[in-house]
Amino acid sequence: MDLSLSTETVGDRTIVRVGGEIDVYTAPKLREQLVELVNDGSFHLVVDMEGVDFLDSTGLGVLVGGLKRVRAHEGSLRLVCNQERILKIFRITCLTKVFPIHTSVEEAVAATD
Amino acid sequence: MATVELRFSALPEHVRTARLVAAAVARRSGVDEAVLDEVRLAVGEACTRAVGLHQNSGITAPVKVLLIEEEKQFSIEVGDEAPRHAPGDRAPGAAGEDPDAEMEEDEMGLAVISGLVDDVEVTAGEHGGSIRMTWPTASPVVVLP
Repeated sequence: MDLSLSTETVGDRTIVRVGGEIDVYTAPKLREQLVELVNDGSFHLVVDMEGVDFLDSTGLGVLVGGLKRVRAHEGSLRLVCNQERILKIFRITCLTKVFPIHTSVEEAVAATD
Repeated sequence: MATVELRFSALPEHVRTARLVAAAVARRSGVDEAVLDEVRLAVGEACTRAVGLHQNSGITAPVKVLLIEEEKQFSIEVGDEAPRHAPGDRAPGAAGEDPDAEMEEDEMGLAVISGLVDDVEVTAGEHGGSIRMTWPTASPVVVLP
């Protein structure tokens, strides 16, 4: 399965909906998307990962890279994920302390802390 | 001991194939269904690392994956042919545009493997390296007549 990407703007937040598998082959597409959004002035990103079937460390690296980019503009990058098998990877790498992870897009969009 | 051997060109698009094959053989070998996601992720990480090492070293040889079914255990060995050098021994500009980022991803991959797999052995030398990961398998069910 390939990677699918779509974006939607809600107020000052940009929601990036990701579907499929994020691995060494597909992660560059996600990286391009995040870089493009930041270059276009979107600094508050919500990455909705509910449609993600697989995530590896390459994908984690892309998300960390995205976080670095938005933070350079005092922005934010929030994740939406309820899948245990995906959350486990964030826990193993201690990235749960780095990314705010929400249970719904609505919650992530409303979050301000 | 039954072994399935897979060799693939060091290209990112083939890592998914390796994951699928490894998960299929692991299931057949009796690895618990609940652990198959971990097997898939761990072998993907090991193959991603091997692909990166081959590409960074300009090695055209394929990455080798051994799927080894043994009594009460199943092992996956991912081998690369990238020679290891001492830290800082790499020629400037020889490892892509951002060696630090590559190093971070490499370490993150190993961190994921270490977090997922209890029994893991990483070796590296002048002629390449390997990651061997082992999982227990369920005892075969014997049906008596």
